[in-house]
Amino acid sequence: MATLHTVNKSPFATQSLLSCLGHAKAGDTVLLIEDGVYGAAGGTGLADAVAGLGGAVTLAVLAPDLKARGIDEGRLMDGVKTVDYAGFVDLAASHDRTQAWL
Amino acid sequence: MEDGVKKFLYVNRKAPYGTIYALEALEVVLIGAAFDQDVSLAFLDDGVFQLTKGQDTKEIGVKNFSPTFRALGDYEVTKLYVEKESLDERGLTADDLQDITYEDEDDDWAEKPSILIVSRSEMADVMAGQDVILSF
Repeated sequence: MATLHTVNKSPFATQSLLSCLGHAKAGDTVLLIEDGVYGAAGGTGLADAVAGLGGAVTLAVLAPDLKARGIDEGRLMDGVKTVDYAGFVDLAASHDRTQAWL
Repeated sequence: MEDGVKKFLYVNRKAPYGTIYALEALEVVLIGAAFDQDVSLAFLDDGVFQLTKGQDTKEIGVKNFSPTFRALGDYEVTKLYVEKESLDERGLTADDLQDITYEDEDDDWAEKPSILIVSRSEMADVMAGQDVILSF
């Protein structure tokens, strides 16, 4: 019974990503989209929050939104998966529910 | 799932007057209440500010919709989950929130509280138990 969480705001502007990570359960996926993708880069103040998940939650990022913002995939935190639009649909279909963190 | 009844959770994470989200959420809840589904509301992060007592919007020229929460019981919306950590972070306690109650038809119309204060981990469990989550 897993949930797909989407986060569409920069974690440097709002608390949405931190709140999302605080409510995600083992087996869930957190997908960063739109300005949310700024949270996927390594070397930011978010490393501790992500490390705290201990790998129980999958972190993914929407590649077209990364590209649009000029973020090279090589700069992503370790363990972050990239998905394309079809991959987004697959994630929505493979989870029991989707929760948007606006 | 009985007879097509689904569990719907409306998630409120924004303060009441700075954006239109909170008012729109309440409108959708009232519309959705007509469909006889199992409805709950969640209030976390700045969403807890929606339920505070003493709101008076006369001087900002927008509708004070906070009294509407007290009418939700009449629409059989009787579960308002409020996250304790979100209250604590904002210097609030349950006493700062409106008294929101409903009359339990299965218990001789006894008046019962609609607000349920839950921990962050209990809130995560509430979310994980839903069929549909609508975010505002």
